[in-house]
Amino acid sequence: MIIAAGAVGRTTGAVLGRRNPVAKLGAAFIPALTLLVGVDPVSSGLILIAALLSVPAWGLTWREVFRRGWPLLLGVTTISLGNALFTARKGGAVLVDAGPFLLTTESVAAGSTAGMRLAAIALPGVLAVLTIDPVDLADSLVRHLKVPARFAYGSLAALRLAPLMATEWEILGRARRARGLEPGGNPLAAIRLFGGKLFALLVGAVRRGSQLAVAMDARGFDSQRARTTARISRFGPADAVLLGCSVALTAAAVALAVVTGAWNPVFSS
Amino acid sequence: MRASLDTVTGAVGERGPSRVRIRGWGWRYAGRKRWACRGVDLDIDAGERVLLVGSSGAGKSTLLRAVAGLLDPETAAEHEGSVTVDGEPAAQARDRVGVLLQDPEASLVMSRAGDDVAFGLENAGVPREEIWPRVESALRRVGFGYQLSRSTAELSGGEQQRLALAGALVRRPSLMVLDEPTANLDPAGTELVLDAVRATTDSASTTLLIVEHRVDVAAGLVDRVVVLEPGGGVVADGSPDDVFARHGSALSDDGVWVPRRWAPAPPRRTPGPSGVIRLRAGGVSRTYRRAAAPSLDVTDLELREGEATCVLGPNGSGKSTLATILAGLSRPDTGGVFLAADPRRPLHRWRARRLCRSIGMVFQDPEHQFLAPTVRSELLIGPRRAGIPTAAAEQRCDYLLTRLHLDGLAGANPYTLSGGEKRRLSVATALATAPDVVVLDEPTFGQDARTWRELVRLCAQLRDDGATLVSVTHDAAFADALADQHVTMRGGRITDVRARPADDEAHRHGGTTTRPATGTHSSPSAAARAVPRGTGSEL
Repeated sequence: MIIAAGAVGRTTGAVLGRRNPVAKLGAAFIPALTLLVGVDPVSSGLILIAALLSVPAWGLTWREVFRRGWPLLLGVTTISLGNALFTARKGGAVLVDAGPFLLTTESVAAGSTAGMRLAAIALPGVLAVLTIDPVDLADSLVRHLKVPARFAYGSLAALRLAPLMATEWEILGRARRARGLEPGGNPLAAIRLFGGKLFALLVGAVRRGSQLAVAMDARGFDSQRARTTARISRFGPADAVLLGCSVALTAAAVALAVVTGAWNPVFSS
Repeated sequence: MRASLDTVTGAVGERGPSRVRIRGWGWRYAGRKRWACRGVDLDIDAGERVLLVGSSGAGKSTLLRAVAGLLDPETAAEHEGSVTVDGEPAAQARDRVGVLLQDPEASLVMSRAGDDVAFGLENAGVPREEIWPRVESALRRVGFGYQLSRSTAELSGGEQQRLALAGALVRRPSLMVLDEPTANLDPAGTELVLDAVRATTDSASTTLLIVEHRVDVAAGLVDRVVVLEPGGGVVADGSPDDVFARHGSALSDDGVWVPRRWAPAPPRRTPGPSGVIRLRAGGVSRTYRRAAAPSLDVTDLELREGEATCVLGPNGSGKSTLATILAGLSRPDTGGVFLAADPRRPLHRWRARRLCRSIGMVFQDPEHQFLAPTVRSELLIGPRRAGIPTAAAEQRCDYLLTRLHLDGLAGANPYTLSGGEKRRLSVATALATAPDVVVLDEPTFGQDARTWRELVRLCAQLRDDGATLVSVTHDAAFADALADQHVTMRGGRITDVRARPADDEAHRHGGTTTRPATGTHSSPSAAARAVPRGTGSEL
């Protein structure tokens, strides 16, 4: 959905914003995969700080990141609070003691580590996705990762239909109200109504999808000939440097965590 | 001969126009008992421009797809005969054929205009340095007035269809196949697209095969008309003047649209009885999220009993927004719509059960309205929700099935009906609770001439029985044949409200409260009166 809402990367000349989509995604995946293995405040913290500092280099403003990425912020807050409340580590000084809810310095530390880790895993991905144009991504996946064109451009065309589906959903709701059907306060009726709308939406989507497939084949999409590309997708030295920086930063974060004794791999404990 | 044509047309069409030869051709889709098309023999010469007509179910679209080489033999239960383009089976001649389909939303692939036109060239393996000059020239030819980077989502329907046309032309087809290219467009968009077709498909480079409901304009594009009959192959063939003059009225009886010159006169408008004000929209407006301008600016409108109103205006003028607000189905940002029977509570705050007794809505796409597995149960949903006793609901259902010629289909699944049947069912569902107000969104969209006439008749009768009718439509002929009041919209505002004078004042049954005595037993509304009502909204 974030992708479908349109990207800004193409219009900016920002140093990270105009990198190749595959390089951007790679650069976001490397620290994310590493942080999945380790749970500690030092490595997550370093990567999170680096990601936050890099925001202008993606051609994004803080406002934009906040406006489009607020679900992430919500997730981070929930995870932090949840972990702080329900962790088994309740040592240290008591901060809040309200019946079943007990917050101690140690539980708050555990909570913020979990939240920080989530943010550090997700934020680079959000930055990449916000600045990737879907067309560029499809071009780049086909060219550099040898993803089949039929899959990449087929998905791209389907993505165009997403806003139509949203409109359709509204109409389906109205058509039901016109016949005396609305969820009202009854959750069972609401579920039934939702199921019916979903079915009708899928029927419409399948029909549109098959029309789209016909239209694409009419323009030779199923031809056996080797495809050319109208747009140039380049994976240049700067893209390699971006990947290299991502590896270096991730390595530095892990090294720092190990040196400070904070390193805490998931599988060892 | 091809070689000499190649040299003549040079850069425009590499091959010269194509020849199509269809021999004993038939196609039956998997899971269908009936052949979509059978026994078709047809020759189309290089450079000919052919309009294909026939009643719904004659297999026009199937035949077009066959010529375009787009039918997958795996979807057929049986097929026979052959379709060749320049002597090659159509499926192998696809490179020569450009296709324009009905719905531009389902034809565009890319999010940027230039990329979309380039798509067909990429597939054909055209080197990159040739692609962009060809894209630009194709866009110029169809008169596309925007940058290559223009977002396809921001174009109007007519502009999108022009773009789709460029996407077909850029491949330099020697045969263009057009399947109702203007069906989804308003009159302005239709002009836009047909002008572009006219300007870009000259007979020196392109053979043209087109199916189009708007025969008045399409007849000017072609030099030959071919009539297809369901299961009967080609039954008439000749110049437009010849075919329509000879078969015009028979075709029209079969539901085929024929140019006005040869069509039977449309039903004459009779004025409605027009009584007191029944529905009042006060200061309603609506602005969609992230939209720059309101879709509907602050609007007032009054609708009377026994009066038919048509709301006309281009796409995006706010007609549909107004319709759903009038029907109480969406919430206006300001103001409200009130029924005379309840002047305090605006319709958008009514419970759905109550709303569906007073207001019926016919949606543009009938399928949006289908909820039940059979036609019969579909018609019983509204009455059941509205709390109408079963016996009365059943009686009403039987009546509507007969009245709308659906009685043979009571057990059928709504999704399996033909286009005309779907439309009639969607109208019947809106009438099932015998509402006082019926709102119709593009009721004649995509309908054949027969269903069209039935709709006009039915609407006039409903109105004569005292119902308040509002139709949002592009169809000026429908408005002419029905409306007592024309409302014109543009840019989210009502720009004109014109009451049409009664042709003959003596016909007016007038008065403010009396219902005309006509049609007491033959009309749906008359039957409706037999349904016991509990809401007290009856006048």
